[in-house]
Amino acid sequence: MEIELKLFATLGRHLPAAARRNAVHIDIPADSTAYDVIDANGIDREEAFMVVRNGVFRPPEQRAREPLREGDVLAIWPPVAGG
Amino acid sequence: MAWTGKILRVNLSDGVITSEALNREWAGQYLGQRGLGSKYLIEEIDPNCDALGADNKMIMATGPLTGTMASTGGRYSVITKSPLTGCIACSNSGGFMGNELKNAGWDMVIIEGKSPEPVYLYIENDKAELLPADEIWGTSVWHADEWLHKRHQDSLLRVSAVGRSAEQGCLYSAIINDLHRAAGRSGVGTVMASKNLKAVAVRGTLGVGNLKDPKRFMQAVGEAKKVLADNAVTGQGLPAYGTQVLMNVINELGALPTRNTRDVQFEGANDISGEAMHEPRASDGKPNLTRNAGCFGCTIACGRISTIDKGHFSVAHKPEYWGNSGGLEYEAAWALGADTGVDDLDALTDANFICNEDGVDPISLGATIAAVMELTKLGVLTAEQTGGVAFEFGSAEALTQAAEWVARGEGFGRELAMGSRRLCEKYGHPELSMTVKSQEFPAYDPRGIQGMGLTYATSNRGACHLRSYTVASEVLGIPEKTDPLTTDGKPALVKAFQDATAAVDSAGLCVFATFAWTMEDIAPQIDAACEGDWTVDKLLTVGERIWNMERDFNLRAGIGGDQDSLPQRLLKEAAKTGPAKGLVAGLDKMLPEYYELRGWSADGVPSEATLGRLGLA
Repeated sequence: MEIELKLFATLGRHLPAAARRNAVHIDIPADSTAYDVIDANGIDREEAFMVVRNGVFRPPEQRAREPLREGDVLAIWPPVAGG
Repeated sequence: MAWTGKILRVNLSDGVITSEALNREWAGQYLGQRGLGSKYLIEEIDPNCDALGADNKMIMATGPLTGTMASTGGRYSVITKSPLTGCIACSNSGGFMGNELKNAGWDMVIIEGKSPEPVYLYIENDKAELLPADEIWGTSVWHADEWLHKRHQDSLLRVSAVGRSAEQGCLYSAIINDLHRAAGRSGVGTVMASKNLKAVAVRGTLGVGNLKDPKRFMQAVGEAKKVLADNAVTGQGLPAYGTQVLMNVINELGALPTRNTRDVQFEGANDISGEAMHEPRASDGKPNLTRNAGCFGCTIACGRISTIDKGHFSVAHKPEYWGNSGGLEYEAAWALGADTGVDDLDALTDANFICNEDGVDPISLGATIAAVMELTKLGVLTAEQTGGVAFEFGSAEALTQAAEWVARGEGFGRELAMGSRRLCEKYGHPELSMTVKSQEFPAYDPRGIQGMGLTYATSNRGACHLRSYTVASEVLGIPEKTDPLTTDGKPALVKAFQDATAAVDSAGLCVFATFAWTMEDIAPQIDAACEGDWTVDKLLTVGERIWNMERDFNLRAGIGGDQDSLPQRLLKEAAKTGPAKGLVAGLDKMLPEYYELRGWSADGVPSEATLGRLGLA
């Protein structure tokens, strides 16, 4: 199934060259979790500080067990803040 | 200790300058900077005075840790009655001015009266004098800064100055120090210009010492710096991407006010984001971002130093804008960008540089331009009425032209300079002004981050994110994650943030340090520096005392609970997209509980018991 993966700030280095605006469409096995995607793209789980699925923050326990769905947007940031 | 114990009082009306002792009892109750400066202001002015009259005063106040070895200890605040809101104003700035004032031996400078002629205040340690400013009146901050450095032949002189916008009466003019750091909000620069005071130039060489327990202070400061360095946000995230990293975060969460808050997500967010500032541009292969920058004593260094593409239309005729200046920071990028629908990073940077050069609050400027764009969209305003420029959402040309007009007080810029509340009322559509207590709200839509709705509604200086930055908890999980879409628990969260922030703002420290520091990290630094026992509980009580004192000033100025509200758009029109789709700001679910937690009446007045408990009765 296909999802849109968005990697921001320093995590952008994990994106393929074809990525635009920090985003890329990727094919993943059915029932993959956020952590499955994070691991498959070589991202350190601790560096995946903020994981947002379809705009909603997902806490670490849900990243491990919640299956993603076709068309989901998975956006990930390292530790960031602002104001 | 840590305080210098001295206040400089400058009467501009008669030119008399005096030194007086700091009120130590008040210092023990209000700490410094925001709290202590506000105490002095409130004791000395009538809350109903004309903010732009000679009876208003303006206080430049440092905190006890300003100028010390404490990380981020370089802050100062400007406290006055705001001409934009009528509320108490307290605008906080970094850079190096706070440190310089403290090194010159002053805890604060109280400026009163009105000079008959344009002047600037020159301070060199104990020496202070008012000098003619005729040659720099009518010029920009950048010009005045250069002139003052040449005039005094001192490259280390620190300058806080107002630009042409303030002289022309723009109600949201800032005071700029160090060329691009700003006491930015609520029109504190307008007050300064109304007194015919162009600049304050300071040179301090006395050092900052007088610490209660120097050895313990250095130990506490060292431990606290390690916390900042080890924390991924303050040690890595903020230095690398600055506050601008939030553009994509807040957009993804559906809480980015867009096109005067008609929408909550901006399709051009990525083009104006912190990530975009790192991208090499086509013309010269250089990115917008040149480097990060730190204020005095800061070990975070979140500031952005940027350049504009020399070939961009906005600067083709302005070679003075081809070099570096400060920004974009997130709030400015949002207001000048998403809120106006402009996705041109160079245009935003140009508008921000204009704000730096002439001292304009980019939040209020961008939000007011956005309101004009909506009035234009509705057909209420035409290009004929707006200086021949069509204010269409997304127009980079309108944005940069408007910024120049406001900066110089020219043409339609004089109407923009009123701020969105007065402008929208003038054109019969007050509902299009995205303000609370006449101040434009910043870069977080309360429909998607509910705690920020209560934050804006109850802020003592009008809508503001820095009075209780619940985004830290609701979005970033600091100190713990809460759900941004629910109102549950938010009254207590907002109160806790408000009280803690008031204490931090009174210490001389930067609130951004609290992305890593808790009050347990801050209290030992203050306690080792300052006379008295400064525990976490005491600091929180001081914060609560400051909050109630500010509230009491506003109540006496006629600004009460009926103004603890939000624009109708946020209360009635649901978010159209994103996770908050279908939600409005649930202020009615939070405000009564907030008042109760504060010990206030149902209409928002502190009870006698509350005032008595805090020593304010």
